[in-house]
This record gives sequence, structure tokens and C-alpha cells, in this order.
Amino acid sequence: MSTDTMNALVLIANFILVPGITYGSQLALGALGITLVYAVLRFSNFAHGDTMAYGCMFTILATWWLQSIGVSLGPLPTALLAIPFGIAMTAILVIVFDKLVYKHYREQKSSPIVFVIASVGVMFVTNGLVRFIIGPNDQQFSDGMRFLVRARDFKKATGLDEGLTIKLTQGLTVGIAIIAMLSLFYFLQRTRTGKAMRAYSDNEDLALLSGIDPKKVVLVTWLLVAALTTLAGVLYGLDKSFKPFTYFQLLLPMFAAAIVGGVGKPLGAILGGFIVAFSEILLTYAYKKLIGYIAGERPDGLVQLLSTDYKFAVSFMILVVVLLWRPTGILRGKSI
Amino acid sequence: MNNLLKGILGFGVVGVCLFFVGTMQSWTLAFTIINLCLISAVMALGVNIQWGYAGLFNVGIAGFTALGGLAAMLVSTPPVVGAWQAGGVQLGISFLALLAVIAAMIVMRKLIPAGKLRSLFTVLIIVGGFFFIRYFYAPAVESIESFDSARSGFLGGLGAPILFSWIVGGFFAAGAAWLIGKISLGLRSDYLAIATLGISEIIIAIMKNEDWLSRGVKNVSGLPRPVPYEIELQKEGWFIERVSAFYESSLPLEEAARSDALQQKLVEASSLFVKLCYTGLFLAVLVLLLWLAHRAQKAPWGRMMRAIRDNEDAANAMGKNVTRRHLQVFVVGSAVVGIAGAMLTTLEGQLTPSTYNPLRYTFLIWAMVIIGGSGNNMGSVLGAFIVWFGWIQAEPLGQWAIDYSTAWMGDSHALRAHMLENASHMRLVIMGIILLMVMRFSPRGLLPENNRE
Repeated sequence: MSTDTMNALVLIANFILVPGITYGSQLALGALGITLVYAVLRFSNFAHGDTMAYGCMFTILATWWLQSIGVSLGPLPTALLAIPFGIAMTAILVIVFDKLVYKHYREQKSSPIVFVIASVGVMFVTNGLVRFIIGPNDQQFSDGMRFLVRARDFKKATGLDEGLTIKLTQGLTVGIAIIAMLSLFYFLQRTRTGKAMRAYSDNEDLALLSGIDPKKVVLVTWLLVAALTTLAGVLYGLDKSFKPFTYFQLLLPMFAAAIVGGVGKPLGAILGGFIVAFSEILLTYAYKKLIGYIAGERPDGLVQLLSTDYKFAVSFMILVVVLLWRPTGILRGKSI
Repeated sequence: MNNLLKGILGFGVVGVCLFFVGTMQSWTLAFTIINLCLISAVMALGVNIQWGYAGLFNVGIAGFTALGGLAAMLVSTPPVVGAWQAGGVQLGISFLALLAVIAAMIVMRKLIPAGKLRSLFTVLIIVGGFFFIRYFYAPAVESIESFDSARSGFLGGLGAPILFSWIVGGFFAAGAAWLIGKISLGLRSDYLAIATLGISEIIIAIMKNEDWLSRGVKNVSGLPRPVPYEIELQKEGWFIERVSAFYESSLPLEEAARSDALQQKLVEASSLFVKLCYTGLFLAVLVLLLWLAHRAQKAPWGRMMRAIRDNEDAANAMGKNVTRRHLQVFVVGSAVVGIAGAMLTTLEGQLTPSTYNPLRYTFLIWAMVIIGGSGNNMGSVLGAFIVWFGWIQAEPLGQWAIDYSTAWMGDSHALRAHMLENASHMRLVIMGIILLMVMRFSPRGLLPENNRE
């Protein structure tokens, strides 16, 4: 293979594959939470993005405390130790909101849109809490080793012009996401509670007749949602940075991911997460250098299909295409 | 207690509060609050048409407001001739190219029957069309934005009176709503909510980034006003006469002091006069829209909408086209929000795309509708007055409460400083809790919908 082809491949790996897989895993974890709420509680949870911010915020606070007393994981970010605390705080939040807000509407058998409005109310309370406690600004909380693969070392080792950078947080994101997804699927497919959840999701009345305890199903769902949102929030924050408004904006790509894959289907949420992430990156990447390596001559412009400011438009376009073409999503989710 | 009594009581309480603001703080401030209350009331009316009449949930109010604001700017600013000369023709060609692509798509879909081939051609036309349009569009944008970029760098508008924009803003928002409604109505009810969230973010992103259209984050300031300017008022003979006649008794007799005091009164009075002019305009729009909405609600159309809202299946069985009616009411409601958006930009006199914060617009308006009473137009208006007044006054109040309650910590305490700094975010929490409480314990709101008409 010629050097140019090698360079082009490295370029693709560095700017498309690595960020795409990382961002896709983060979105997938977020969309899994959305899809679980869809499947079991049957509404679109608009508070999801802000719940992510909430979980991440407590993880950050715990991380700062751990750092202040000198605890460290060496090369790994200290935040990993603080995640359980974040999950616990988020679990308390979502369960309190379920008891105070959603439970009432469940008992009333209100229409899904009432749940949605209630979730918007919850979103604002959560959002306000996050801004009140940690402020609306950017926070950095990543420490430990920065890179798994450095561009400089990679160039030296391979003798190519293009470098490959893999941040430790990117590796961690993918690793933790895979572990979380595998354990979630094991839980849903193999354990008694998981099966009860799926049965409840498929047919509520039948599940109740078979003696499944709906309270337990709802509780476990919220616990899973708390864990997934906190993980997604912390991984996103470690990889990029933590800012409450960014998390609110993640709502749209996560919804798009959940709907594209098929509402209420966990596998669909993962698939959707990667579809959204790669579409965003492929459409906003500047192809100038890549074309240069392939065609041997660099074009004048940046050859960028969309400016990065419009990355949210990509999720929206995907959403529109799916709604027009197959409203139940790729994996045929819940009926419309 | 019936609605009429409650309404009088509610507006009475707000009126007394505003009177206190007027006498204790200043009347200019009181009318600033009233003007924003009136604009919020129009927005709440639009949302109430969607939610109260038809049960449609719109999370994109900020976006529709922004579209109205864009209309205000596009109608009122004078055209930038140089920019048109620099890139106008090319921009026109790229618009023609867009039309050509759309035409090609329509022809293709007529000619080729549904199937794999049609999907393939659809994708081909979209991809090819994208590059085709961009070929003309990119250089056009570049030449427009580089024209005198420090002062303009955009195409400007029509240079027409800004009042026209209130209608145009309504049409802009209606167009966006039609597009969104066409795609997402008739599917799951929450898809509309998600789609409106998306379109709103995109509208705001376009306004922030397409500098040739809206100057983006550089803002367009100094939009022409529909009412007189303070500086000119202070020089008008009739205005000076009125003001000096009004303050005759309180002005000092000595000549120099008298002229100074008069000048100060003139500044105050001119600012108040301008605010009053706006109040008159906004009130006229609100009353007109309220009257129209009331008529529509009482007409057979209103009964049909309520029938659809309360039982879609039954209405469908009676031969009502539910999706079509939903689309209609969604478009009308969004148009009202667009009108309010244009009014807001007119009042502010500038277009600042970065201020369209969904947390502030979408959420507050929703709180107004739910607290006021969904389905009741007067309720939305009352909700708008109460919520906006509360929102404005909660900031100093919250600041004061935290200042007072943490005073024992001493000024150097970090927690106290932190809480004081972030006190304004507590408003979101409190407003959210109020919204959730009203939904839970008094879902019909302050002025419940009156079903017997």
C-alpha cells in the first residue's frame, strides 16, 4: 500500500472512526436510558439530558473531594471512583421524582403527553438545581494519563505524515460502554427481574395477571436509568467537558438515536446512537486533507458538507427521514 | 367562585402589584413589565390554542419566537445595496437551483412508481441537489459576508415599516409549523414534541450562523421603531407644553432651576410615553387575537376541536379528519407565537439571535398556560401576567432571601459567595416546582376551561 493510502486510512481512523465510536457509545448509553423509560413507563423523558448533567455534577463534586484528600487512581481518572456516588445521587433524584410526579399520573392512567409535560417540568427543576449547585459554566475534572496513543509517537513509529491520537478517556468510554451494555443485556435476558421488565413492557395487563409486581419493575427501571445516565454523562464530560447547557442539547441526538433504532428496543438504541454519531461526524468533517491523499491534490475549499454549528441539524434530519420512512424505527419498535 | 370573579380578582391583584411597582420603583419600570406581560400573553395565547384547543404539545416556542424576530428584522432594516450587488445575483441563482431540485424531485416521484428504484433516485437527487445548490450558494454567501463586514455583511431587509413584520412573522412561524406538523402529526403524540424541539434548535442555529441573512451573533441593532424616539419627543413643542402643564405645581419658580427640573421631567415623561405607545399597540393586538380566538372557540370549529381533543377515535368515527385539524390548529397557534416574536423584537429594537434561550422562552410560556388554565384564553393572559411579574420580581427577591439567610456566614464564606452568584438559577427550580404542583393539584389552572357555552 502506498504511503498516501496509509495516510488516508490513518486520517479516517483519527478523525472519523475514533471520535465516532466514542461519541456513538456515549449517545448509545444515553439513548438506552430513554428507550427504557419508553418501554416500561411509556413516555418520552425530556428530563433525560438534565438528569445526565445531574449525575455528572455529583460525580464531579465527589471527584474534587477525592482529589482534595489526595486519592488518585494513578493513570486512570479519579472520576471513576466517584461514579458510584453520582449514580446513587441520581437514583435518589429520579425515584423522588417518580414518587412525587409520575406515580400520580400512572395511577390516573393519564395520556402520554401529560407525562411528557410533567417531564419537562422535572427537566427545569433538575436543570435549575444543576445550575444552582455547580453553576452554568464549563468544568474540567479529568486527571491521570491523557493519551493511550500519541500522535507524535505514532508518527515516529510508523513514519507516516498523519498521526493517530487516542485519548485515554476515549478508550475508557468504549470499554465502560461495552461492559455496561453487556451487563444490561444479561440482566434483561437472563435474570428474573429483567424478564419481568420485558414482560411488563410487552403487555402490561398480562404481566400484572402473571403476578409481576409493577412497583418493583418501575423501581428497577429508574435505577437502571440512573446508572445509564450517570455513566453517559460522566463519560461525555471526561471526554469533552461538562457544561449544563450542552447536556440539555444532547437531548435531541439521544431522542433521534432512540427513535431511529426503534422506540423501546435496547439494541435499537445502541444502533441508533452509532448511526447518529457517525452521520454527525461524516457530514461535518472537512474532507480537504483526505481528498488530498486520495486524489493526490488538495482541493481549494475545506470540502465540509455542513458547518459544525449545524451538527444538531443532522440528528434532526435523521429523525425526519425516519419519521417519514419508517416511524417505528429500524428495528420496528413500539407501535405509533 | 366563578371564573369571572376569579378573573377580576386575579387581574386586580396583578394590577395592585404593578401599581406598587409604579409608585415605589418607577412607572417606566412598571410599563416595561406590562409590555413584556402583554407579549407573553400573546405567546401564551398561541400555545393555548395548540394545547388547550387540541392537546398538541409544542416544545419549540423559542424557535417560533425567533422566526418572528427574524421577520421583524427582515421587514424593517433598509436593504444593503452593496451586498445585493456583490452576491445578490448568485444567491438568486442558488434559490432557482433549489427550486429546480425540488421540481426534479416532484417529477421523478410522479414518473417512477414506489420501490427500490424510486428510493435510489430520491437519494441521488438529494445528494446531487445539495452539491448543485452549494456550487452557487457558497460563493454568494462569501461575497455578501465580506461586503463591509464590520458594519453590515448581510443583505439587510426591505426597509418597510416594522409593523408589517408582525404579520410576516406570523407567516414565517406558520410555514415552519406546517412543515413540522406535516412530518410528525398523525404519529405518536410525543413525536411532535421532539420534532418541535429539533426545529427550534435548528432555527436558532441558522440565525446564529447564517451571517448573510441575520448577521448572526453580530446582531442587528437600531431597528426602526413604530413609535416616536425619546430624543425627538423632548424637542416637540406639544410634548413640552403638556409635560410642563402636568407638573406645573411641582416645578420650582426660579428660572434656571425650573428649566433643569423641566428637562429632567421631560426625559422621564418621554421614556414613559414611548412605553405607553408600545402598550397601546400590544394591547390592540392582544385584544384582537383574543376576540378572534374567542369567536373560533365558540364557533362549530371550536366544538369540533374540543371533540377531537377529548376523544380522537370518536371524532374520527364521526368523519372528522383528526390529523388535518391538528395540522391546522398547530399552524394557527404557531403563527400567533410568531406574531409575538416579531412584537418582542420590535420592542427591543434589535435582533440578538443568541438570546433565544429555550429554557427561558419555551418553559416560561408553558408555565403561563398551565398555571393560567389550559383551554381558557383569559386564563392564559392572566397566567402570563402573573408568571412574568413573578419571574421578574423573583430575581431581586431570591437574591435578598439568600443574602439575608446566609448573612451569619460572614462575607468571606465561599458557600455564601457561591450561592449569591448562582441565586438567579433558583428561579428555574421554583418555577418548575410551581408548574408541577399546579399540574398535580389543580390541573385546570387558575381559570378553568368553561365547557358550557
